[in-house]
Amino acid sequence: MPAQALIVCEHCDTVHRRVELAPGAAARCHTCGGPLYHRSRLELNAMLALTIAGIIVFAVANAYPLVTLSSQGIRNEAALWQMVASAWNSHIALVAAIAALTVFFFPLLQLALYAYILLPLSLHRVPRGFAAAMHLLRQLRPWSMVEVFLIGVLVTIIKIGSLADVVLQPGIWSFGVLTALLTALAGFDTRELWQAADEAQR
Amino acid sequence: MTAELRAAALHLVSCDACSLVVNESTAAEHPGHCPRCHEVLHRRKPDSLRRSWAYLIAAAILYIPANLLPALHTTRLFGRSDDTILSGVVELWQDGSWDLAIIVFTASIVVPLLKIGVLAMLLITTQRGSTWRQRERTRLYRIIEFIGQWSMLDVFAVALLVTLVHFGAFARIEPGGGIIAFGAVVLLTMLATKSFDPRLIWDAPAARPPPRTDQHHD
Repeated sequence: MPAQALIVCEHCDTVHRRVELAPGAAARCHTCGGPLYHRSRLELNAMLALTIAGIIVFAVANAYPLVTLSSQGIRNEAALWQMVASAWNSHIALVAAIAALTVFFFPLLQLALYAYILLPLSLHRVPRGFAAAMHLLRQLRPWSMVEVFLIGVLVTIIKIGSLADVVLQPGIWSFGVLTALLTALAGFDTRELWQAADEAQR
Repeated sequence: MTAELRAAALHLVSCDACSLVVNESTAAEHPGHCPRCHEVLHRRKPDSLRRSWAYLIAAAILYIPANLLPALHTTRLFGRSDDTILSGVVELWQDGSWDLAIIVFTASIVVPLLKIGVLAMLLITTQRGSTWRQRERTRLYRIIEFIGQWSMLDVFAVALLVTLVHFGAFARIEPGGGIIAFGAVVLLTMLATKSFDPRLIWDAPAARPPPRTDQHHD
């Protein structure tokens, strides 16, 4: 039996035989009930479309301010990068660095890697350095926190409401859309891309 | 093939990265590495219990200053106030944003405590080779793995608050030691969760449940 015909549950080590799934269906482990693998409703091309949309929205989200603040005649706009720079210069350089990584660099790198992997795969070719790109993508996943940041902004707007007038700007809506796109992308089981690469090589 | 066969017993290793199933005895040119993606193959995560305990204990210790030290120092025209994470939640509630207060309370107080408690329980039961409720314990593990990053919420909120207020120059807000400790707790519990290997739950000596007689289709 070829090895690809088997799958081992990552949560309890039970061996299962792979079966072809209908789109949108998921296989669960017989022993522990954990998810084994699923077949996404999305085809590779749809994933690629989501990725490209994500890159565009990412650019918009960072080009526009998130909010404007006004208090006693002073009006200020705050874009993500201005805030990170300002936080870096006050006493929370560490937090600024974490925010810059988890809200800017990691999601950007994630999108770039998706594009790099999916574009050739959709043409049935395997990109150079596929394994390295896939490993990096896997490591990045838990450290990309755009959705957490978004809720953080909402909390802050409420807290700051007593001190200043806050108006939401296009940047914040773009972050909302970006969150939705990244969540949709995360719904795809990236390990299945290895199978796609195997098929492309054949 | 029955569902009760385990990879370790068959000398099979599943690659963590690409889920390729490799036969240990016939491992090809690069022993110990996945032939497809070249990742190092592990039967179990290395040093799982010890690493997980180390991160967890560090997280539990830092949880104390994270909640006792102020997360925010605020200076306004009328004086100065210090807020801990909990008093920040109370303030949100009193301002009428009970929905956000519940979200922040859940993300910053309930989730970290739950994670520390659940991980400690999993580590102790696994170390003792317990066969108690393996399915449910595995499920708990998946839950804490999933909710991990949401605890960063308060760290972001404080950073944003400090920064935005700094921008507007209408009050002075400074971060306190509490939020730094709290951020460390979140990162450490995420690392502790990643280090724990749920397969160890099923490695307990008497772990094999009696073969099922009922027909189970799902």
